[in-house]
Order: sequence, then C-alpha cells, then structure tokens
Amino acid sequence: MEQILANGLYLGAQYALIALGLTLIFSLMNVLNFAHGQMYVFGGFVTYTVVVQFGLPFIVGLIASAVTLAIIGALIEQYLFRPVIRKSQREESTMLLAAGIAFFLDAVILLLFGEKQRGVPKIVDGVFNWDFRIIMPYDRILICGLAIALIASFILFMQYSKAGRAMRALAQDRVAAQLMGVDVNRYSMLGFALGAMLAGVVGGLLVTITGINLGMGGPTSIKAFLMIMIGGAGVISGAIAGGFILGMMESVGLTALSAYGDITYLVIFASLMVFLAIRPQGLMGKPWG
Amino acid sequence: MNIRSLLAVIVFIIVVLVAVPVLIAKSGRWDFYYTLTSVALLSIASAGVWFTFYIGRINIGQGAYALAGGYVSAVLVMKADMNFWLTLPLAGIFCAVLSVFIGMPILRLRGVYFAMVTLILTEVMRLAALALPVTNGAKGITSIPLPGAVSIGGVTLLPDFNTLENPKLAFYLVSATLMIICYGVLWRIVNSRLGHLCRSLQQNEELAASIGVNISWLRVLAYSISSFFGGIAGAMFIAVSQSIYPSSFQVADSVNFMLNCFLGGLGYVFGPMLGTLVLYFGWDLLFSTGKYQLLIYSSMIILLILLLPNGILSLGLFNRKIKADKHRDQEGQ
Repeated sequence: MEQILANGLYLGAQYALIALGLTLIFSLMNVLNFAHGQMYVFGGFVTYTVVVQFGLPFIVGLIASAVTLAIIGALIEQYLFRPVIRKSQREESTMLLAAGIAFFLDAVILLLFGEKQRGVPKIVDGVFNWDFRIIMPYDRILICGLAIALIASFILFMQYSKAGRAMRALAQDRVAAQLMGVDVNRYSMLGFALGAMLAGVVGGLLVTITGINLGMGGPTSIKAFLMIMIGGAGVISGAIAGGFILGMMESVGLTALSAYGDITYLVIFASLMVFLAIRPQGLMGKPWG
Repeated sequence: MNIRSLLAVIVFIIVVLVAVPVLIAKSGRWDFYYTLTSVALLSIASAGVWFTFYIGRINIGQGAYALAGGYVSAVLVMKADMNFWLTLPLAGIFCAVLSVFIGMPILRLRGVYFAMVTLILTEVMRLAALALPVTNGAKGITSIPLPGAVSIGGVTLLPDFNTLENPKLAFYLVSATLMIICYGVLWRIVNSRLGHLCRSLQQNEELAASIGVNISWLRVLAYSISSFFGGIAGAMFIAVSQSIYPSSFQVADSVNFMLNCFLGGLGYVFGPMLGTLVLYFGWDLLFSTGKYQLLIYSSMIILLILLLPNGILSLGLFNRKIKADKHRDQEGQ
C-alpha cells in the first residue's frame, strides 16, 4: 500500500508539472497546445544531447532544455499564434495551428535526434528501502523532489512576482488587463515561453528515468489533457490536483487491475465520463471553460 | 437547388465516376486508385467531423468511431460469416448507438473541453481494441475476404469482388459513390429544418433552448449522425485494406480528420472533401522527399493556416455570397 502511494506521488509530481504548462498556455491565450507532448520530448532530447554527447553535468542539460524550449515557445507565440489569432474569424483555427506545430516538432525531432530510444545514465545510485514497504531508487526520489520544488516555485512566481500577477490578470480578463496597462503581447509571449519551458524541464527530468523516444509526444499530450479535464482547464490549482489524481489512479490501477490485463486507462476514462456527467467543468474549472 | 448548382453536381459526378477512371487508364497510374479511394473514404469520416462542428462542437474523436466501425464489420464478416454489404450499415448503426451513450455525458461540454475529451476517446478506443477478446488484440484481424455479391430479386446489384479482374477500380467506384451519397445526405440535412436548428445551436445554445429547441436531443442526434459517417467510412476502409489493427485509426488520424475540415473551410458542406483531397494528395506527393516528408508537410499546413486562417474555400473564388457578407459586416462595424 505504501509503495502504491509513493509511486502515485512520484508520478503525480511529474504529471502535475506537465499539466501546469498546458493549463498556463490555455488560460492565457485560450489555445489548446497539441504540441505540448512534443515539447516535452524535445526537452528530453536536449538534455540527452548535452549530458551524454557533450559530457556536461546533468544540471547544465536541464538548464539547456529549459532555455531552448523557452525560446522555441516564445518564437511560436510571436510568429505563429499571434498573427493567426489576429486574422482568424474563429478561435478554433489555433487548434489547427497547434496540430500543425505538433507534426512539425515531430519532424524536427526525427531529423535532429533520430528515432532511437535515448536515455541518460543514473545521476545518483542506490535504492531507498524502508523495511521492504517502500522501495524506491534514489534518483526517482531526487527527480520527485525537484519536480515538487519546481511546482512550488512556479506557484510562488505566479502569486507574488509582477509578471505572475500580470499573467493572472490576463487569464481573468484580457480586455480589463489591457485597460489596466498590462502589456498583453509581452505577457502572452512570456506565458507561452514559460509553458513550453515547463514541458521541456519535465522532459529533461524524466529522461534520466524512463528515457525518451519520438513516439512519446502524443500519449503525453493525451495524459496532460486528461489531467486538465479532471482539474478544470485554465486553473493552476486544478492542473496540480489533476496531475496528482491521475498519478494516483494510474499507480493504484496498475496494481489493482493488473489481473485483468492492460485496462487501467479504460477504467480511468470510464470514470472520467461519469465524473464529467456530474461536473462538466472539472474540479476547479470555470463553468463552460 | 437552382439549375446552376444542379449542373455543377452532375459535372462533379461525371468527373468522379467516369473521367477519373478513364484518365487513370490512359496514364497507367493504377496506384492512384488506392489514393483516391482513401480520399473518398476519409472525406466521409471528415464529413462527420464537419457536421459535429455544425452544432458548435470540435470533434477530434472520429478515429474512434472509424475504428469501431471497422472492427464491427471485420468481426461480423469473419466470425458470423456475414456479407460485407450487410455489415456496412450495421457498422454505421453500431457507431451511432455507441455515440448516443458516449455523447450524452460529453455533449454537455463545450469548446476546448469537448475537443479534449473526444481526443482522449480515440486513444481509449485503441486501448479497448487491444484489451477486448473479440478483436484479437495487437495482432489484429487479417486476411478479411473481399466483399461478396449483392442481388435483390435475382438482379445482381454488386458482383462478387473475387470474380472481378480489377477490384481496385470497383473499390474506387463504390467508395466514390458512397462519398457522393453521404455528401448528398449531408447537404440535404444542412438545408433542412434540422440543419437550421443545428445552426441555431452553433450560434447560441441558450437562446435556442429558450425559444423551444430541444438542444440535448438535437446534440445527440447530430453527434450520432456524424458517428454513423465515421463508422461506415471505417468499415469500408477495412474492406479495402482487408485487415484491421488497433492502430488502424489512431490519434493522428483523428487530428487529420479535423485538419481536413478546418483546411477546407468550416462554412461549406463540401469543405471537408476539398480539405481531404488537398491534404492526402499533398502527403502522397511528398513521398519522394523521403525523411523530409513530415517536415515539408507540416510546414505547409502551418503556412496555409497562417495565410488562410479561414480555410481554402474562404478564398472566395467559389462563392460570391461570402464577399457580400464580409462587406456587410464591415459596414456594420
């Protein structure tokens, strides 16, 4: 039992970090970022390249991932999303653009890094063993701790910094924020960059444990969508709650349902349908998004 | 329907059913039959996505119904030894019924929420196909026999495909006919009372409800019609490829169905057909570029959406009314 809870916590911390980036982009620009999973994969590959091929320490790789993805995110917002949002009659066009970007990033990853599964050697050795009730390698504990620290610093940033306050204002009401003198374009770009950066950082963190390959992008996006469905789109606390809930459900499901084959996600989806029938906006979302 | 559009439809049917086969026979590019058959079938599925958009919902879950329809047809043909042509409507009806149960809770969602949940649906259908015993798991169902003959009262409507010397041509003709029928039905629905009611949902659901439109019933009806299209497209596709796997239709396919609609233009019934043709042919033509295929293809999608965010048909070459509407809008502002 303790083992299941610990696994769930560990998964949940990763998932929450992925969902945070997605929900930030959604709340600021009303864009559903299909390319989020691809950004995550890209971040993983950047870390892999820096650590394994250049032989630099892991933390440098992580920072390189963060910076690369932040730049990519800022460029995507500035040159792709902003003109399309301005010109399009329907806001759904951004969805098409996001899907196009997802394909594009897939292609770039394929050309730059190839299609092989890549991994980074363990950063810390050894296994934590508490009386055979919880067994967990130290590197997982470290990654989990880093993820939780990142979540905490993200919340603090959004809560107390000037940029964070501006972005929250933007998420609440774009026009009102503009009238109060918030530079909408600048903070949209910053928000998108931040969201992309979070995806890249998670990729960099997880490449040490699960490794990374080209095919992981799509499923990661789907998991991130599940999380923000559970928590409510565009709400930061909802994304965190959704991430931890999905992590727990996956961890419990893999143990409890293992006798029936690989049906954990079927069960999760069925329960999500029931949940949405009762509460369509998720746990903490605004009604009708 | 005025004379001009009637004429256009007749010309279109002649081009698709007569001119294209003649041209292919002349040029000897027999592989185009497979491409065009795929375009026809995928555009049926895209038509379904388009119709869900018509009630104001973005559907990225059509791959789920295409997969379900394909499996229903494959299982019925293989296990129950049914004639394929009988399983085709059954696959559609199965998907329509399934979509009623799935649609009732999720159609209460709107906008991005609905889009997300339908996207997840595709993945769930793939997992279900992997887990259910009747679908044969990851190995899939292979070597499905070609469709048999159909005859009513001694008159053979469709011959047994095994006896044909060129089943590719037959598949093309059947798929193209199916596509024409589906778009005809869609066009009829859109221009009927039901279509007007659907449009009222797209514009404002609360307002529609307040003047007595039964919105929850209408939503489920529209969604099941669109899933019916997905089901028969999937079933027909399986008959052409003679095999089905859980990965036959996946998330990328669902996204592509949506892209077809958006690129063709959401304001036009025939938009998804054009979008499918452009995207599928574009992808096929880029095959010679090898590993750069996906890069060029996705760059072209991004460029298209940057330059024409409202779809190809919004160019206004096809419809003067759009320009008039735009003009009116500008004057109104």
